[in-house]
Amino acid sequence: MKAEDVIRFCGRSLAGYPLRTGLMLLAMAIGVAAVVLLTSLGEGARRYVAGKFTSLGTHLLIVLPGRSETVGGPPPLLGQTPRDLTVDDALALTRSSAVRRVAPLMLGSAPVSLESRSREAIIMGTTADMFEVRNLEMAQGRFLPPGEVGRAEAVCVLGQKLRNELFGNGSPLGAFVRIGQRRFRVIGVLTKKGESLGTDLGEVALIPVASASALFNRASLFRILVQAQSREAIPRAKKAILQIIQERHEGEEDVTVITQDALLATFDRIFKALTLAVGGIAAISLAVAGILIMNVMLIAVSQRTGEIGLLMAIGAPGKQIQRLFLSEAAMLSLVGAAVGLLLALAGHWVLARLFPEFPLSVPIWSPITAVGVALATGLIFGVLPARRASRLDPVVALSRR
Amino acid sequence: MIRLESIERIFQVGDERVFALRQVDLAVRSGEYLSIMGPSGSGKSTMLNILGLLDRPDKGVYQLDGRDATHLTDRQQAEMRRHKIGFIFQFFHLIPRLTAAENVELPLTLAGVDPVARKECVAAALARLGLAERAKHRPDQLSGGQRQRVAIARATIMRPALVLADEPTGNLDRASGTEVIHTIESLNAEGMTVVMVTHDPELGRRARRQVRMLDGRIVSDSGAGHEG
Ligand SMILES: Nc1ncnc2c1ncn2[C@@H]1O[C@H](COP(=O)(O)OP(=O)(O)OP(=O)(O)O)[C@@H](O)[C@H]1O
Ligand SMILES: [Mg+2]
Repeated sequence: MKAEDVIRFCGRSLAGYPLRTGLMLLAMAIGVAAVVLLTSLGEGARRYVAGKFTSLGTHLLIVLPGRSETVGGPPPLLGQTPRDLTVDDALALTRSSAVRRVAPLMLGSAPVSLESRSREAIIMGTTADMFEVRNLEMAQGRFLPPGEVGRAEAVCVLGQKLRNELFGNGSPLGAFVRIGQRRFRVIGVLTKKGESLGTDLGEVALIPVASASALFNRASLFRILVQAQSREAIPRAKKAILQIIQERHEGEEDVTVITQDALLATFDRIFKALTLAVGGIAAISLAVAGILIMNVMLIAVSQRTGEIGLLMAIGAPGKQIQRLFLSEAAMLSLVGAAVGLLLALAGHWVLARLFPEFPLSVPIWSPITAVGVALATGLIFGVLPARRASRLDPVVALSRR
Repeated sequence: MIRLESIERIFQVGDERVFALRQVDLAVRSGEYLSIMGPSGSGKSTMLNILGLLDRPDKGVYQLDGRDATHLTDRQQAEMRRHKIGFIFQFFHLIPRLTAAENVELPLTLAGVDPVARKECVAAALARLGLAERAKHRPDQLSGGQRQRVAIARATIMRPALVLADEPTGNLDRASGTEVIHTIESLNAEGMTVVMVTHDPELGRRARRQVRMLDGRIVSDSGAGHEG
């Protein structure tokens, strides 16, 4: 029997029972659509998080005071506290050839006021390099000026939200605000680039690190942000940072270096696993569809006994009858899968309209796997009915009518 | 063409053994027209099924066209049925969702014949049986007689040497039954060997050779003694 004849024959017999065929197609389609949509949601979530991380900056390393991981060895002496990270520590890091830029970050909070208006804000003391390291963007004016790190210039850069709250529609550039007890000239405003990793950059005021040190009356940094020369230089930079700090801290390795890539990779793994898990759960609905196909095909075999007997009488061997029924199951699965892909496409479109900023994306493997699994379930669950059909005794099959 | 020697067919029903055929010998020459009659349960259908390779005897030898057909594999039997044997059933066994033409075409399709050749062949067969206008009709749009003639067209589309009919008129009124018998007789005139089971003595007598069965045995055979 020619392939196109098999397709036509099976197509006719599927079309002969529209309700039954329709229901099976629906079950298959829902399964496939669920797999594709859910994996695409998972993949979207992964990209969303990855996007958040990259917006932190490129080739970023973060140096924190204190050790977060415990390595075997003698327990720390009682009462030993990690040494503070200082601006000098930060500047020393530029010695490494693997390091491109270094931005110290001192963090505190203080009221920022203009005339009678006052807002409590997060104050970040840093240097001009922060701009590049964190991929910041200016909405107005310019960022903190480069130059002598020790100079406590009285200038500040405001976050978008803080600016709006203090100045309303007025122009902030050149105006003076009061931070704590000191006066700072506003030289720039950040764009609404949003929040990254917890800190809403809209509500901060950035000032030179020396000014912050004077304002809060301390020398310790919250962390040091380091930009490596390249992606490949990150491990080298990490080693260099640890070594330099250790030298400066009398042989004590008392800082933790987090690389953005490592963090990203961890999240990436988590989200990939989640996507797979969700896809797997959706695939169960495909198995359910497969069982439905098996059931309905078994009914079809018993309803079509006469037809099967006839096919045998006109010379179809058992194998051919088996192939016919398997082809029917395969066609159901494929058409169901195609409908499912269309459904997924429609669902995708709707989701994209509803959540425009969520980066929905279908990983290529997902529709391919979904269709593959649909076809496989169809065939696997089609085997039993097909074998039953091919093993009918023609005499018995023909005597029933 | 057909030679049955000491054929036995025994069905096991619970603890009981039902002898559907006992020690049946039969020889049919090519081109014969043979009717089988007998009371219900005498083994007529069983014999026809064995002749048509749908069933296997428990004992005995069946030779078809000089070839031992008793020990063929399923695949070989299917092959023989496809090319050598045409079946006509009491209940037509047309596939309801297919048109008359498609039903007739089915054996050619199964055999993998080229579609263009198929169409020609089917059109000719339908025309021969006066069904040209009915080609596009589905079985439920046809009368009983027309259905049986479609079934006959299907049974003979591969030009089989042997046509087996089990009560082909059993489900038809007299007029269409006669029409169907004429059709079957014309097949015999074209050279096909016809074996027909019937309950109707009048129709049975039309055959040149008549076989009577009783209780799984052949009790009379108007053409016995001929060599197959
Ligand atoms: N599958 C079977 N299982 C058990 N017994 C069977 C089976 N097929 C036939 N028989 C028995 O074999 C005997 C012959 O049956 P068969 O169908 O050949 O009779 P028949 O002459 O065709 O009768 P009818 O004229 O009613 O069609 C009967 O006694 C029947 O009960
Ligand atoms: Mg019978």
